Amino acid sequence: MDIPTFLVQCLNAIQYGLLLFLVASGLTLIFGIMGVINLAHGSFYMIGAYLAFLLAPLFGDHFITMLVAGMLLSAIFGFLLEWLFFSYLYQRDHLQQVLMTYALILVFEELRSILVGNEVHGVQAPAWLSGGVSLGGVMTYPTYNLFASGACLVVAGVLYWVVNRTRLGMMIRAGASNRDMTRGLGINIRLLYRAVFAGGVALAALAGMIAAPAASVYPGMGGGVLIMCFVVVVIGGIGSISGALIAALLVGFVDTFGKVFFAQLSGIGVYVLMAVILIWRPQGLRNKGF
Amino acid sequence: MQSSALPLSTAASLAAPRSTGWLVPLAVAVALAFAPLVLETYYQELVVKIMIYAIFALSLELLAGTTGLVSLGHAAFFGIGAYATALAAPQYEAGSPLLLLALSMLAAAGYALLVGALSLRTKEVYFIMVTLAFAQMAYFVFHDTPIGGGSDGMYLMLRPVLKLGDAVLVDFEKPRHLYFVALVLLALCYAFLALVLRSRFGHALAGIRINEQRMRAAGFQTYRYKLAAFVLAGALAGMAGFLYVAKNGVVNPELLSWHESGAVLMMIILGGLGSLRGAVIGAAAFVLLKEFYSSEALLGAAIAGRWQLTLGLTMIAFVAMLPKGLVGIGRRFTFNRKRA
Repeated sequence: MDIPTFLVQCLNAIQYGLLLFLVASGLTLIFGIMGVINLAHGSFYMIGAYLAFLLAPLFGDHFITMLVAGMLLSAIFGFLLEWLFFSYLYQRDHLQQVLMTYALILVFEELRSILVGNEVHGVQAPAWLSGGVSLGGVMTYPTYNLFASGACLVVAGVLYWVVNRTRLGMMIRAGASNRDMTRGLGINIRLLYRAVFAGGVALAALAGMIAAPAASVYPGMGGGVLIMCFVVVVIGGIGSISGALIAALLVGFVDTFGKVFFAQLSGIGVYVLMAVILIWRPQGLRNKGF
Repeated sequence: MQSSALPLSTAASLAAPRSTGWLVPLAVAVALAFAPLVLETYYQELVVKIMIYAIFALSLELLAGTTGLVSLGHAAFFGIGAYATALAAPQYEAGSPLLLLALSMLAAAGYALLVGALSLRTKEVYFIMVTLAFAQMAYFVFHDTPIGGGSDGMYLMLRPVLKLGDAVLVDFEKPRHLYFVALVLLALCYAFLALVLRSRFGHALAGIRINEQRMRAAGFQTYRYKLAAFVLAGALAGMAGFLYVAKNGVVNPELLSWHESGAVLMMIILGGLGSLRGAVIGAAAFVLLKEFYSSEALLGAAIAGRWQLTLGLTMIAFVAMLPKGLVGIGRRFTFNRKRA
């Protein structure tokens, strides 16, 4: 493998890893704080991608405005969803929640099919992001993919800042480490749950919107992402955002280079990685803290 | 995942089994034995499908409901059982069902031993995810390599035939023979698990679900008990896989996919965790609901084409109204009667 190809594959791995991180960070927050195993999280990614497909023609070149608008819409959606379905289930057995989120996947898939149909769609990248950047004069790398990685990094930074440096983040961390004590201190835990859930949905949808122009938008796209995100969350340690970032990049590299070197069995690589890490450290890489 | 949140009443009912508890399953088995006299072919096939999934669900019930080990990769053993039969069956003559069944169960149990030995080191959500990872590995082995025909899967050209000398005893090609084989295997599986639950081994498993720490303190090597339950559950899932391929004559990697693992987990949650009949009822309800909602004859093409929506909404309604699963309805009913 020559240097430019290696570089391109590295960029691909980083981009895939960062996208996974966006989806997985929402999943890990929701699990860490609310204790809900949300199988429907992949559907939020799919919803985001379809949002991009629907919103892109309206916003044209104002791509970033579109991302913000889509995030707001999906946060409202998440807020309502938590209010209508999840808020009743916290006292129940975990498996009841699993059953409901599984049912939600079916509902979302069918609603998607009713509203937008079953065709595979493409989303046009805005004009100012089309084209490529040359790498060593031999190869070009799509500008949009660089933008996607950059946008994910910005969001990751904002997330870090919110969780570690703001009052809201303080409440989130408190809620994760001791729910009852947090409530005892007079913090509205119901509202906190609702906000965290809405945030998780918005992050997954944002990942879907960012991924849409780089890949295609198709039915069932949530399923693959969901499983990969579970792998990421478990490798990183459940509830840990920094763990999710490390794990997502690890998964991105293993998956991308697995495809390059072992095309035949590339699907297995990530799962082997997960099995090895969990046998080595049964609680994931970072099981304490964010 | 707090497994002790499972109904403790199961443990109580295990300790003092009601003497008439076996009557209902026996009556159902007898009714099913006479059912082919009145059932049309379509319904007979549907019942066979339910029985196969009931065995599959029962095997997971031993793991999730009894021992408290929730696996999201149980379809791997189902699929490996099915592939073992399809791969080992001779190409130009009918295979021996006993041999193929034994092979299916052994292959599934072998993989379960490997997966269980490694994944039982982890707990709760991590356990769910590790079992999922091992199932995905098996899925990709069959999906990406030519061993089992790749992503297209493979056919079982000739259904197995049980012969004694020259006389044909059981021919899997005949729907009615297949029906009775499935019924006998389901009855055996149910009776076997009922006995297991009453045995010392079964009590130990229930004890592990409720408080593993205490079981260890009481001198039980819980890891070995859990591993035995895992392998047993894998072997029984392999049995269901054998029946699946004997019925459908085709296998493909989707049998091992996480959708299938999810579906069987949904069956036992829907039926009600912690009881064998819950697993059977859940399997029947899941298969029937899916069949009903996707039936164009009953609901018309417009609604039948949207079965995911109707099935999903029904499941949400079940979660909202039946926190103890479908068996909870019966319990509520009997409780009321006793009080009256």
